[in-house]
Amino acid sequence: MLDSFTEKLGGIFRKLGGKGRITESNVQEALRELRFTLLDADVNFEVVKKFIANVKEAAMGEEVLKSLTPHQQFFKIVKDNLIDMLGGEHAALATGPKKPTVYLLCGLQGSGKTTTCGKLAGQQSKKGKRVLATPLDIYRPAAIEQLRIVAGKTGVSFFFPEGDNDPVSIARKAVSHAEDNNYDLLLLDTAGRLHVDEKMMEEVRAIISAVNPTEVLLVVDGMTGQDAVNIATSFDPVGVTGIVLTKMDGDTRGGAALSVKYATGKPIKLIGTGEKFDALESFHPDRFVSRILDMGDMLSLIEKVEANLDEEDARKLEKKLMSNKFDLEDFRNQIKQVRKLGPIANLLGMIPGFSGLKKHVSDDMAEQQVGRIEAIICSMTPDERKNPGVINASRKRRISKGSGTTVQEVNQLLKQFDMMKKMITQMQKGAMRQPGFGKFR
Amino acid sequence: MFDRLKKGLKKTSDSLRHKISAAIGRAVKIDDEFCERLEEALLLSDVGASTAALIVDEIKSKAMEKRPADAEALNALVVDILAEILESGAAAEPLAPGLNVVMMMGVNGSGKTTTIGKLAMRYKAEGRKVMLAACDTFRAAASEQLEIWAKRSDVPIIRQREGADPSAVMYDAIQAARARGADLLIADTAGRLHTQSNLMRELQKIQRVAVEKAGVENFRAWLVLDSTIGRNSYNQVQQFGQAVPVDALVLTKMDGTARGGVVFSILKEWRMPIMFVGVGEKMEDLLPFNASEFSRALLGDAVDPA
Repeated sequence: MLDSFTEKLGGIFRKLGGKGRITESNVQEALRELRFTLLDADVNFEVVKKFIANVKEAAMGEEVLKSLTPHQQFFKIVKDNLIDMLGGEHAALATGPKKPTVYLLCGLQGSGKTTTCGKLAGQQSKKGKRVLATPLDIYRPAAIEQLRIVAGKTGVSFFFPEGDNDPVSIARKAVSHAEDNNYDLLLLDTAGRLHVDEKMMEEVRAIISAVNPTEVLLVVDGMTGQDAVNIATSFDPVGVTGIVLTKMDGDTRGGAALSVKYATGKPIKLIGTGEKFDALESFHPDRFVSRILDMGDMLSLIEKVEANLDEEDARKLEKKLMSNKFDLEDFRNQIKQVRKLGPIANLLGMIPGFSGLKKHVSDDMAEQQVGRIEAIICSMTPDERKNPGVINASRKRRISKGSGTTVQEVNQLLKQFDMMKKMITQMQKGAMRQPGFGKFR
Repeated sequence: MFDRLKKGLKKTSDSLRHKISAAIGRAVKIDDEFCERLEEALLLSDVGASTAALIVDEIKSKAMEKRPADAEALNALVVDILAEILESGAAAEPLAPGLNVVMMMGVNGSGKTTTIGKLAMRYKAEGRKVMLAACDTFRAAASEQLEIWAKRSDVPIIRQREGADPSAVMYDAIQAARARGADLLIADTAGRLHTQSNLMRELQKIQRVAVEKAGVENFRAWLVLDSTIGRNSYNQVQQFGQAVPVDALVLTKMDGTARGGVVFSILKEWRMPIMFVGVGEKMEDLLPFNASEFSRALLGDAVDPA
């Protein structure tokens, strides 16, 4: 996400940092490049103007130019202004005063409403909520069917009154169905509409005034260009309460993200970061900016780990680690768990300073490697997994044949595992010396 | 047809023309301020930053040379250069005799399935024997969606269950198209972000199967671009093109507010032919791209060479 943008910004800061002293003209030049980078990242023109003016005002101050670390000061100014532009604080999804809480999704055709609806359904039901999904798109062929399938896949309930052709009445029926059946959350997926289409905009206004949703979420394609601001400002008056940016896993430079909040004042609440149904993240301006500026996003990484890892498994593993009984079977489970977190390259982007490395680790390369390791372990007998010591040359040949790998690869894995065990032993010794380390699993 | 185009592009056209004349104002002086205002006008219409810089440079040198007498002449000069860009583009290759296989590809939500629905109707009305192949076996209800379009235009469709191998669908579809004597097979593929290399390889496999089966002369890969997308269109063109040679582009959703600027980048910087532009929801709103008509609809009749 946002790689090329990050790269360009990094270049600007490096250049500035390379100069021993910062003068007004250095800053001017950096600002010019910053302006071009932002424009090239599809940040709205007006937003860029305002942003540059703000940074300039702050950067031209005496304190910055005279400070001992002027480029760091400049970096901080840019960072603070970016966070500011994105809304500063994290805005969470609201819960209604009584059941059901209703979220309505609206936006242009193809922005990703139905997919987001599915992701949101999965995320909320994972949190223990009873979720109902209802389509209000009576226009696009098979739109209703799509949501029905998506709801089935994410394991939430689906409701559609067959034969009803009026989105307002469907929405009303959905609300009373949710009330009667004690659902916590109702998701309404509206039809895609163009913001210049008066009739369709009137329809969404009518739906909103009929059911009064807790959240009206505007779904915007993260790759949108200058039109993002027009779209957001035309949808805003219907009562938008928050924005969802989708398709942020591509190589978009995220300019839309930087513009919509500024244009509407409405917070970005969620971002979609992948094809799978769990690829939906809450949006935190400060973390997002950290990622843009290659300062990593450890917090999101940790949250991701917590959300995806089974606590029970983690405890078992910790015990095994402590008693030094960690075997290849555990190693395989470990790999499985990590894979649940999503593509490895994405994880790298969240670690400070690692985003540059991301380019060299193509997703499927890492994925393939991991797949081979799994195959090798799967080709071992349970006994071999517990006591890798028994694996002799003939066993190695059998394992390599069984897993479609070579003996060298089997050797490599065994060696790696050996090293890992040694490291664990060392870590245990270290943990005893360093109080509190045990908490950090 | 021209009226439809004009109506669809009205918003973009109004805003672009308004911005250009505002940039020019009453001044005839070609100074930095003028250039900056002009660049702003282009950027706001989604002409990418580098294309905008190219165009501004061109206008600057042309204006220095011709020295227009008043604002009106300057305006005409600007419009002339823009029109020239629009009309300099390469023409898309027409369909070959025999069975043509057109593979539609693009990112998620660009409008592939809807475009195919409209194309099926259009080509059928032109007297072709059209068939559809539902190679999007990934997205929920994608093949149902295509099937509804097939019914609407009354053309046969080849589909398999969700999760089937898309290249197998392509193989079957070509065989079926041959057997039924069709001369145009349009294949829908799953939306994919151009950064997902495994999905791009899947696309290559579908293409390989189609080329082997139908012959390279009779295979076309059309990339569907959502005109709402800004700079990222460039990455899409580049990376889809790296996976599968793109024969032509189809631009959807041109009937917005600040769209269409991407056309300048496509023709000026990337030099890609455009096959169709979509300017509305209706079937008739998908129009074959005609450079001079497009330029007239976008920039006004002033540049009509006739």
